[in-house]
Amino acid sequence: MFAYLLRRLWQMIPTLLGVVLLVFFLFRKFGMDPAQTLASLDATPREIAEIRQQLGLDEPWWWQLGLFIKGIVTFDWGRSWATHETIAHLMATRLPATLTVTLPILILDTLIAIPIALGLAYVRGSLTDRAIMVGTTVALSVSFLVYVIVGQYVFGFQLGWFPVQGWSDSTWTNLVVYAPLPVLLAVLVGLSPQTRLYRSYFLDELGHDYVRTARAKGLTEPAVLFRHVLRNALIPILTNVGLALPGILIGSFLIEVYFSIPGIGREVLLAVNRSDYPVIQAVTIYVAMLTMLANLAVDLSYRAVDPRVMLR
Amino acid sequence: MSDIDMPDFASTSLVSALADMAPMRRADGVWRSAWRRFRRDGVGMVSLAIVAAYALLIACTGSGLVARHWQDEVGVPDARPSFVGPAAAPPPGVALPAAAAASAEVDISDVDPLAPRYAEWDARAAQYHAQVRPIAATLPFGGDRLGRDVLSKALKGTQISVSVGVLAAIVATLIGAALGALAGFFGGHVGDLVEWAYNVLTAVPEILLFFAFAAVFGRGISTLVLIMGLTGWTGQYRQVRAEFIKHARREYVLAAEAIGAGAGARMFRHILPNVSHVILARMSLLVVNFIKAEVILSYLGLGVATNQVSWGTMLAESQSELILGHWWQLAAATIAMALFVTAFSLMADAWRDALDPRLRGLR
Repeated sequence: MFAYLLRRLWQMIPTLLGVVLLVFFLFRKFGMDPAQTLASLDATPREIAEIRQQLGLDEPWWWQLGLFIKGIVTFDWGRSWATHETIAHLMATRLPATLTVTLPILILDTLIAIPIALGLAYVRGSLTDRAIMVGTTVALSVSFLVYVIVGQYVFGFQLGWFPVQGWSDSTWTNLVVYAPLPVLLAVLVGLSPQTRLYRSYFLDELGHDYVRTARAKGLTEPAVLFRHVLRNALIPILTNVGLALPGILIGSFLIEVYFSIPGIGREVLLAVNRSDYPVIQAVTIYVAMLTMLANLAVDLSYRAVDPRVMLR
Repeated sequence: MSDIDMPDFASTSLVSALADMAPMRRADGVWRSAWRRFRRDGVGMVSLAIVAAYALLIACTGSGLVARHWQDEVGVPDARPSFVGPAAAPPPGVALPAAAAASAEVDISDVDPLAPRYAEWDARAAQYHAQVRPIAATLPFGGDRLGRDVLSKALKGTQISVSVGVLAAIVATLIGAALGALAGFFGGHVGDLVEWAYNVLTAVPEILLFFAFAAVFGRGISTLVLIMGLTGWTGQYRQVRAEFIKHARREYVLAAEAIGAGAGARMFRHILPNVSHVILARMSLLVVNFIKAEVILSYLGLGVATNQVSWGTMLAESQSELILGHWWQLAAATIAMALFVTAFSLMADAWRDALDPRLRGLR
């Protein structure tokens, strides 16, 4: 077990190195000149050259790459070029806003989709099942942007149930006043794909022999569904949730931009537009690390859930 | 044992038996039998018809037959749809230019020093053809802020959005299938290398990659196709690789190797046709995903260029229009997109069921 863990962690290094190279060369080779972006519009070539020197852009590429890797190792990413805020402070202040929105979305989506999917799988092929499946297809065909535009207009502007947008310093106020509308809309959007996915997992399980055995020995339908089918289907469901976890770190870019939520996603979009390398690099590496750790956690949880799984 | 005892008799009788059945009916191929099953699927046929209608429409807009002048300002700003009727008349204080001209019809030629030359100027002006473009008060499905016809925009936008989605899906499928075939068939170091690229790309969230590539390569249709193709191949790769690993050890492939088929022939002549339905099913998902991604990217300012129209730019414009109660552009883009994506998804589902009947009703 310990050897397995060690080997998996060791294997992350080449992947992480690949991410470093991808981000580094993508932006340095093809990106805009950050000095040009940071300088004022009427800056002279000399001023731009000074900014370049200040940012270390004049140094050879391997020196800059070394600085990047040093940042990864020491977790000290320096300061944002655009705002001079330290990266650590930037993450610490933006992450709560993102989590305030993304965590409720993930939890609500999963908790609502599971019972619906189980019910649909149970009555598969019936009119209800087919009608809802067609409904989810239609719901999936409408752009996320439309849900957001219409949702904000109807619930925020016309009905006035929620503030159209806004954010405050108090987490509690954010959670109960400003987050509900974005969360509601994102849950609505996420419900269709998740229901379809989980329904297919449940259908898979319902086809197994153990279900027939359970029924044959006289178990009630609720016992078959909740004690047997649900438990077995939880494995792929948990995998799915586990793989969605890294996503909550950067959140939904669109939600954050649209509702002006000061989270990580919006910060990354700003950073990309400003060629703010330290921010882009830090966020990308953090998300990549989290993705790999989530993958590992999912594999480990297989072992915990299903003793037949051998980790090699 | 018996065929060793009398091999000649066995083989000749088989050959002659086959020869007797001379006008033998060829067994239906995978695609023919799939089409037979597909035709029985009512929903599939209806959605196929809708997708075909869209394809025809895209051919018309692409060749310039329809909606070529979508950029013309043919209506008043924010013209209302014809079936709603024109906007209420403006309050009396605000005079329209036409009304102002009519009220100025007073004969002042006896005091006007330029009066003698009017006839000459009129004659000279008559040499030129001035075209007054009529500005409509209402348009079939309304107009946007600049008075452009929303219906034309929706038709043109359909062409752009669908082509972006389809082309990007083709690029992603080519990359993913080629790499998946290589990694799955050869394994070893080649497989490790491709697997590494896959791990790197999937460790970075897709939307972040879109941003990075878009920031780097700029805006425009070809850029959009390129970045979505370059970043979106991972799912296709994973599936094709799994299929190739499975098939590479099957008997028919080993048999092909035994009669001297090279690696390339085994991969593309023997295995590829057997996994093509998997590739196509995944590709249809990609088309839908990329069409949706285009909308989000265009809204965030990373999509198609500003002088082009797509469902994404229409929806982006409609955000501010809706607050003023101008819902038609939003409705046009949403309906055009929802109809296409629904029909396309249902058609893809029907095809998948027809190609692989074991999967029917699973998803």
